[in-house]
Amino acid sequence: MKILLSCLAIILCHCAWALEPLPVNPIAPGVYLHQAEQHWPDRGNHGEIANIGFIVGERCIAVIDSGGSPQQGLALRLAIKNITGKPVCYVINTHVHPDHIYGNLAFKDSGAQYVGHYKLPRAMAARGEFYINRADELLALHLTPEHIIPPGLVVKDSMTLNLGGREILLTAHGSAHTDNDLSVYDKQTDTLWLADLFFREHIPVIDGSLKGWLTELDKLENRHYHWVIPGHGKPTQDWPAALQPQKRYLQLLASQIRTLLQQGKTLEQAVAEVGQSEKPNWALFDEFHRKNVTQAYAELEWED
Amino acid sequence: MPKSLKPIILLLTLALPLAVRAEGDDETWNNVIKTQYFPGKTISETDPLIELEAPYRAEDPAIVPLKVSAKIPQTPQKYIKKIWMFVDKNPLPFIGEFEFFPQSGKADLALRVRVNTYSNIRAIAETNDGQYSMVKKFVKASGGCSAPVGADLDEAMKRQGKVKFRIDNSFKTGEPLQTQLMISHPNLTGMQMDQMTRYIRKSNFIDHISVKFNDKPVLNADIDIAISADPNFRFYFVPDRPGELSAEFSDKSCESPVKREACTPGKHYTERYAVAP
Repeated sequence: MKILLSCLAIILCHCAWALEPLPVNPIAPGVYLHQAEQHWPDRGNHGEIANIGFIVGERCIAVIDSGGSPQQGLALRLAIKNITGKPVCYVINTHVHPDHIYGNLAFKDSGAQYVGHYKLPRAMAARGEFYINRADELLALHLTPEHIIPPGLVVKDSMTLNLGGREILLTAHGSAHTDNDLSVYDKQTDTLWLADLFFREHIPVIDGSLKGWLTELDKLENRHYHWVIPGHGKPTQDWPAALQPQKRYLQLLASQIRTLLQQGKTLEQAVAEVGQSEKPNWALFDEFHRKNVTQAYAELEWED
Repeated sequence: MPKSLKPIILLLTLALPLAVRAEGDDETWNNVIKTQYFPGKTISETDPLIELEAPYRAEDPAIVPLKVSAKIPQTPQKYIKKIWMFVDKNPLPFIGEFEFFPQSGKADLALRVRVNTYSNIRAIAETNDGQYSMVKKFVKASGGCSAPVGADLDEAMKRQGKVKFRIDNSFKTGEPLQTQLMISHPNLTGMQMDQMTRYIRKSNFIDHISVKFNDKPVLNADIDIAISADPNFRFYFVPDRPGELSAEFSDKSCESPVKREACTPGKHYTERYAVAP
């Protein structure tokens, strides 16, 4: 019975996923965004929960994050084909998380170069097997090692890519959301694609370094941008004001955890006590907040 | 396929895997762990001598706090001699084998472990008179983007070998005193995708810790890759007078993530801490 249902599920998934182009919107000339809703990745949404998109040059396209499933990668490729007909020359992965990289395989035969932070290949190697092993159970995805495609072109500090009459500047950030965060700046429209360095509505998720993230935010808020695109939530023209809720949340975690550490409180006590006042401000608070406190505590206890 | 059927079947496919693992099974324990570690032993699950605290959901699979508490005090006549801990469904279930002594005061131990998937976690205690008892807790693994590896490997590498003792400032001569031992070490699992092994090849983890107070043993631990990066333990000892707490530990590298036949010993470390009222 179980096998029968599983087979049925696979067949159904395919017909439910009959390839439609991914809905994308131009938020600025030549900058296309698929804006996701705030959801916990699960077997129903297959982890298709992140903002992804592409930038169009005269010669070719740069994809920014390939999507949360192989199918979403294909749908993105189809959207690009329908809208521009131009070839994809770069597939940029802003960091290692599944919702940003599982569509990579869709662009394998296009001749595109894969681009990422110089620590992305290591992160993919360290996490890849675990991610693949759990993809079915968590996301109803059947993944193999060939779906995890590491970047052939890595960014150590910064790098400019030319898409033909259009330059995009890639910046490799210090450890923040993860230890392999890359942002993309489009000079032509003054648009900064921050991906998961920036969360709106969706609670920020710490999987790198709380202190490092706050340091990066200090640098980022010194400048004005016409558009800033988060990895989760709506793009904004109100920068740096739109960053403040995230900054306040991260600062609150840091200060409350430091106080508890001084009082000799344990990790378990910190997880129970810290940051509860922020709950009304964020989607998916219950899913990620305790993880954030856990990571932040394990980092800050080594401070002095 | 009629459209109305889709939601029903979708629901079925969603519910199925959840139903299968709603409760932890004892398969790995019965078939592998028990025969490997406790051949021929009778292990009681009624009225065990220890309790186990674990979060219902592993919020961060890389750092899952666990705590074992003893229900009896450590006396020279009767004490808990050893506690073993396992995560049944981890690729290498063994967390550690911990040895306690009368001068440990209490055979309590809090630690942080990696949990790969939905699993029973268990602790088995052996008393000095050879009785075994066991407790277990089912832990739901977290989904999402996390993985049971450290978040910031380079930061962990930078401070590798740094050690801290933190001690309650409630020193009373002759009474159990809680202490925390923190070791900065990435505790590499050595698990990674084969075609990318040019990055992190071998495991490299703390394999043994020995804590003494005034040269008398308080806690010995044989541990492995299930221990989180930056190994962290809370336990007790009885200061009978002011003196020195010491921790000696070592790490090692193994060729296989889950086998321990081919390993190379690594470094030895020592840390001392003066304890006074």
